[in-house]
This record gives sequence, C-alpha cells and structure tokens, in this order.
Amino acid sequence: MAKITYHTHDNKTHTIDVQNGLTVMEGAVQNDISGIDADCGGGMACATCHVYVKEEWLDKLPAKEDGEEDMLDMAFEPKNNSRLSCQLIVSDELDGLEVNIPSKQG
Amino acid sequence: MNKTDVLIIGAGPTGLFCAHQLGIIGLSCEIVDNLDKAGGQCIELYPDKPIYDIPAVPECTGEELTNNLLQQIKPFNVKFHLNERVEQLKKVDNRWHVKTSGGVEFDVAAIVIAGGVGSFEPRKFPVKECEKFEGNSLFYSIKDKSIFRDKTISIFGGGDSALDWAIELSNNSNVNLIHRRDGFSGAEASVQKVKELNDQGKLNLYTKYQMDSVVGDKNIESVKIKHDEGEIKEIKSDYVLGFFGLIMQLGPILDWGLNINKKTVEVNTENFETNVDGIFAIGDICSYPGKLKLILSGFHEGALAARGCFKYAKPDEKLRFEFTTTSKAAQERLGIKK
Repeated sequence: MAKITYHTHDNKTHTIDVQNGLTVMEGAVQNDISGIDADCGGGMACATCHVYVKEEWLDKLPAKEDGEEDMLDMAFEPKNNSRLSCQLIVSDELDGLEVNIPSKQG
Repeated sequence: MNKTDVLIIGAGPTGLFCAHQLGIIGLSCEIVDNLDKAGGQCIELYPDKPIYDIPAVPECTGEELTNNLLQQIKPFNVKFHLNERVEQLKKVDNRWHVKTSGGVEFDVAAIVIAGGVGSFEPRKFPVKECEKFEGNSLFYSIKDKSIFRDKTISIFGGGDSALDWAIELSNNSNVNLIHRRDGFSGAEASVQKVKELNDQGKLNLYTKYQMDSVVGDKNIESVKIKHDEGEIKEIKSDYVLGFFGLIMQLGPILDWGLNINKKTVEVNTENFETNVDGIFAIGDICSYPGKLKLILSGFHEGALAARGCFKYAKPDEKLRFEFTTTSKAAQERLGIKK
C-alpha cells in the first residue's frame, strides 16, 4: 500500500491509498480522479494517462521501458518530468509519490 | 440512400464479428469507420503486437486477428464505408436515417455502436492559436503535397510520419524538423537519413525544442520554438505540420441521447441495447456491471446484440436459435457447398 497524491488541473489534491501491484493510472481511474483517460487500458499504446511527476521523485521511479518515451512524444505538452502513469506500478517504495495531471490528455 | 438491416459503427474486431453474427441469422449490415482500413485499435495501435487471449488462438497479432475476421465475414459481402464518421441520426417511423461526415446516407432498422473508445482523430498542438490556421497553413495530414513546393515547412514530431514527410518534402521545399528530444520513435533508417540531410544542409533539424507559439495574421508567417532549457527561436515558416499520432474521441455519439458514463455507453446485458430503442453498443464503448474490456467480451456482446437487432429488422418473424454446425440456413448463408 502506498499513499499517492494526485494534483488535478482544477487545483484540487487527492491523496489515495493505492494497493501494491496496481498502477498509478488504475489508482486514479478506480477512484474517479479526473483527467486520466487511459484509453488503451494500460497497454502503453495511447499516452492518455500522461502525468507530471514531482521532480524529487523522478530518480526514484523505475526507469522508462522501451516505448514509453516514444508514446510520450504523442502526449499533450510533454515535459522532462512526464511519465505514463500506466507504467508506474505501486509498491511500498512509491509511498508519498505526487503527480500532476495535465490540463488535457489530447 | 443505402438501405440495409443494421448499421455497424466501427470496424474493429467487435464490429467485424457482430457483422458475422448478423449474417448467420440472415440480417444484412454495412460498416462505417473513420479510419482508412478495418481493424480498429488492433490495426491502428498494435498491428504487430501479439495478443494471447483470443479463445482457441494461442497467439496472434492485431493484424492477423483483423485479417481472420475479414476472412470469416467474406461470405456475407459486407459493404464498408471507410474514412467516414457517423454524424447525424434521425428516427423516421420505425427506421433510423443516418448521415456520415462524407454525406453517405443510410436507412436502417437498427444501429450497433462498436466504436471502441471513439473515432481516431489526429492529435493537435497544445498551442491555442493553431486552431486559427488549421486547414490553411497548418495541417495534421497531407492531402496535396504540391502546395509545399518551394515553401518553408516546419514539421513537428518524431515518429515515422514526421520523418518520412521531412525526407520527402526536403526534395522541393525548405524543411525544418522539430522534435522534443534527441531520440526518435520512427524507423532507424529514416532517422539516419534525416541526420544526413541535416549535415548536408538540406534540412534543419531542431531537437529538444517544442512549439511555443505561431505568428501570423491570415496565414502562418513564422513559428516560435522553445528549447528544453528555455531558449526561444523564431523560424520563418509558410506551413506547419504536426504528426503526433491519433487520439480517440467520442465525437457526435455524445449528442444522440444515450446514457453516457465516463466516455462509455450504458447498456443492458440481455441484448446490449442502450436506453434508446434500436441502438445497441458493444465492445470497449459499452459499460455494464462487470464489464471487461477484452476482445472476447466484445464477441459475446456482438452475438447477443445481433439477435437483439432481429426484432427491429424483421418484426414479423421469429428468430430460432440454431448452431452453424447443423443449421442448413446458416450454412447456406455462409455459402457452404455440400
């Protein structure tokens, strides 16, 4: 279990206990946090679960797999701290992670 | 006006198999899809990626699955209307009149929405002013490349479309290729070619830049690009092209009076009809308690929706349940010769 904080574009903050093994994307979708579309359902094929990771977390997250950076090319306003939340699998190590959800997913 | 029993919206695996199920029970159908080919997400998002959970098919690619489904519905001579998006629906007596973006019209007894997560549309620039120039000096796809001759073109993106067009247009135009990072997702050979052209001065490559703004009155005059480190460059451009792949949008479906919940259409699980009589929804686009977004669930939903269409298409007939193994009628429809 890890506490994940989602900052949505309407300036609201949602801190959710997300079970280990779920993805940061699933944590948002299952808790009705708006702004993560996840059109492809977690297949790293659509870039609509794009989030900005709080800078201090960037190095603590598992590295991007092949293909994630390619998909981020398609994301809406990608930045250096962009990740696909479907690729971030929750574990105890992610306790306290904070992500910002972009204004749009496409 | 195309008159048929059922209109299927979406040529993904679910829509294709529903066409099969309609054919087996003796109903005709036509299929509309916004893409230029059948297959939906399977063909657009993952043609080469393997799928392992199609019953009795241990492994196949999205493309193979699509081709097999097309093969399976061949006996029914289903008519496809590709590159068309359904725009308007109107109930006329007991039938539906439907019109597409390209002006194709249908007169049908029932509609099956198998639209996945919506129709595929090009992803656009985040910069707001871009809308103003869209279609005159800013494009997301190319229909007539002759307009670019001897002009300055700024192309954004790092995939195959961006690279291929940069290479192609560099023959007769002054091309800038702008991409957000040093790596590219396009084919390695194209990346090498682009770098070569850049070294020879036949193309200007800007990496780690993204669009900042566009400048111009009626037409684009220049585009400002911003480096990761914050530096802004203004480059003269007659045309801007953006290639960021496709995104799925529900589009006009939202206006049809259907119960929509989180980009999905609510259905009953008896025949996958929506809250509107004669409109069914199957596959990823439908929702009901326990819904799984699997292709195999879409097949099941399509089989039941096809039977649900029967009472609208042939109100005076009774549908008898039959197996294809033994049904003479079904085998005739499949064109089986004994």
